[in-house]
Amino acid sequence: MSGIHLVNESMSVPVSWYLMLSVALFAIGTAGALTRRNGISIFLSIEVMLNAANLALVAYSRQLDQRTGQILVFFVLAVAAAEAAVGLALFIAVYRQRRTIDINRINLMRH
Amino acid sequence: MQAIDYLWLIPALPLAGAAVNGVLAYRQAPKPAVTAVALGAPLASLLVAAACIWQYLAGGLYPRAVEQVSYAWTPGTVDGLHINVAFLLDPLAVVMLFIVTFVGFLIHVYSVGYMGHDEGYARYFAYLNLFMAAMLTLVLGNNYLVMFFGWEGVGLCSYLLIGFYYDQEFPPYAGKKAFIVNRIGDCAFLIGMFALVARFGTLDFMPIFHRLATEPRLGMASYAGGLSFAAFVGLCFFIGAIGKSAQIPLYVWLPDAMAGPTPVSALIHAATMVTAGVYMAVRSNVIYQLTPGVSLFVAIIGTATALLAATIGMAQNDIKKVLAYSTVSQLGYMFMAVGVGAYHAALFHVLTHAFFKALLFLGSGSVIHAMGGEQDMQKMGGLKKHLPVTYRTFVVGSLALAGIPVFAGFFSKDEILAAAAASGMPLHWLFWGVGWITAGLTAFYMFRAVYLTFDGTFRGTHEQEHHLHESPPVMTVPLIILAVGAVVAGWIEIPLLHGTQWFHRFLESVVATLPAIGAIQGGAPTGTRELGTPTEAILIVLSVGLALAGILLARSIYGGAGGAERGLAFEERYPALHRLLANKWYVDELYDAIVVRPLHGLSWVFYRVVDVLLVDGSIRAGAAVTRATGDLGSLTTTGNVRNYALYFFLGVLVLFWWIAR
Repeated sequence: MSGIHLVNESMSVPVSWYLMLSVALFAIGTAGALTRRNGISIFLSIEVMLNAANLALVAYSRQLDQRTGQILVFFVLAVAAAEAAVGLALFIAVYRQRRTIDINRINLMRH
Repeated sequence: MQAIDYLWLIPALPLAGAAVNGVLAYRQAPKPAVTAVALGAPLASLLVAAACIWQYLAGGLYPRAVEQVSYAWTPGTVDGLHINVAFLLDPLAVVMLFIVTFVGFLIHVYSVGYMGHDEGYARYFAYLNLFMAAMLTLVLGNNYLVMFFGWEGVGLCSYLLIGFYYDQEFPPYAGKKAFIVNRIGDCAFLIGMFALVARFGTLDFMPIFHRLATEPRLGMASYAGGLSFAAFVGLCFFIGAIGKSAQIPLYVWLPDAMAGPTPVSALIHAATMVTAGVYMAVRSNVIYQLTPGVSLFVAIIGTATALLAATIGMAQNDIKKVLAYSTVSQLGYMFMAVGVGAYHAALFHVLTHAFFKALLFLGSGSVIHAMGGEQDMQKMGGLKKHLPVTYRTFVVGSLALAGIPVFAGFFSKDEILAAAAASGMPLHWLFWGVGWITAGLTAFYMFRAVYLTFDGTFRGTHEQEHHLHESPPVMTVPLIILAVGAVVAGWIEIPLLHGTQWFHRFLESVVATLPAIGAIQGGAPTGTRELGTPTEAILIVLSVGLALAGILLARSIYGGAGGAERGLAFEERYPALHRLLANKWYVDELYDAIVVRPLHGLSWVFYRVVDVLLVDGSIRAGAAVTRATGDLGSLTTTGNVRNYALYFFLGVLVLFWWIAR
């Protein structure tokens, strides 16, 4: 059982650091998603945001000594993969139609 | 089978005719079918009426009042107020029924010829039958509400038929004018009915008249505005009659009503509808007997109308306008008779006038027909050799109107003048005097029209002269029948033929003087004195003499070749007077200035300020606010995904703040 507790509690990185990193990643991802014009870049930004959330989940999972958070991360990864597949397919379709994936120029939802 | 049980059929048959022809008007039905319905309905009505009158007179019912309840309109639900659709046959109704069905049917026959080429043939007869139904309801109704129903019905038909040529500009305007002017009188009529309901709880003629006759104090009790009850109701009803029967100050619609087809003028605006006011006043004679003040007012209005309209008639060049003002003038005579209490004389004049005025209008229609629509007498002349039947019948009608002995108008007009002279009213010699002068004017303007139209040389275009022709028999036969009536209708009142004045006695059960009145008033100011045969003879000689003088004067000015030119020169000699009369005393202009324009101004204010500014404005303001909010909101709808993502992000932030708060 000793192999399991390799990390000394006193020497381990505090959970607040993980959370700060998670918040930083999430902010970076949000900024990227809101400011980038290239559709692929927005996707990448959203992936960063998702992984920020994953990081927070894993950190809490460990802090609270529960596995639920880690399980949830698998779900998030799966959904992110599916989203990436669908999103890329959409962008390819849009590109074929309009020869661009600059979302400033994809504004058909205007009234 | 009792004919009299089917009294309701008399108005119902023309109503059915109107319905059928109303449908046929939309179906392009063949003309003979339309004609069959148009003539069949009034003929059937005439036959039923004849059977009813025959049974009434010969079946021992005379002089009672026979009532037939057809339908309980309000079966005692409204405060115990009982209104029935019920019909009444009494001597007064018999006379009116005879006039309306008989003259009405003749005018229907005439119309077949006159309107033969008109596109609106079926529509015309639908209206005309509807008019018959309404007029018969009016004269047969046994209470004021049924009477009022007919009263409004004839007003509606009058409006429809005045505006019959709706594609021209003037007729619809004249129709509206007639309708609106009549509304003023109808409003007062309604108020009078309300007063009766409030006092008696019924509108039936017989109970009301019976109670007023047996308890005259009920009518003389002070009611409103310093008037007695009878005076209040009598005044309200008279204002109604002023509108319907074209008296001062509401007569202005009748001359304009000549815009309708000429047979309509004969039927509605001469023989029947306009006499409805006289009929109503005679029907309500119990009320008028109780109020000498209002009776005096009626006599003054009637006398003034008779004179005013006769003066206007002297200067008109439109043949139908002359007849229209003549009608107004004769209606004035009738109200003079009502005012002085000679109700039988008023109704007698209604009867004779129906014949000779219908005859004159139909004669003028025959002339207009021959002239291709021309109505200006200055462009006629010399028509007697082209239209011999029309000429002879027209002269008969004119002699009757002028009051020349043997002809009908003489008897009725003279009876009115004698009654005016014999009445105990204040001003009664003035009434006689004005009536006497008006009789002279009547003879003058009527024969001015006769000479201008039929005598001298033709002054129209060559083309018109080429087309001059006598009207077909379908038009001339009614003329001849009416001409016979215009002669003999007056004979029923010759004392020598019947020992006493037959017509007067015939109506006695309706118009008898109330016995209680003399006792209450002490000396009966409305009572009549005996004039004595020498005085009566002198009055007759005077009025006939003046009428003959009028005819001779018209002959000397307008008769023979060059009469029209002499006439124009004669009228030029009194330019101010002629202008005044030709412009109808500027009464229309006066009303325009004091009523129509202020009303237009007021409605302009209501339109611009109240409607456009306040009503529309408030709704527009609401719409503008909504639109502005929407425009503002739509600024967020950029179509740019990143903006939407930002909103989403901000929304999430707000949500978190909300949860963490």
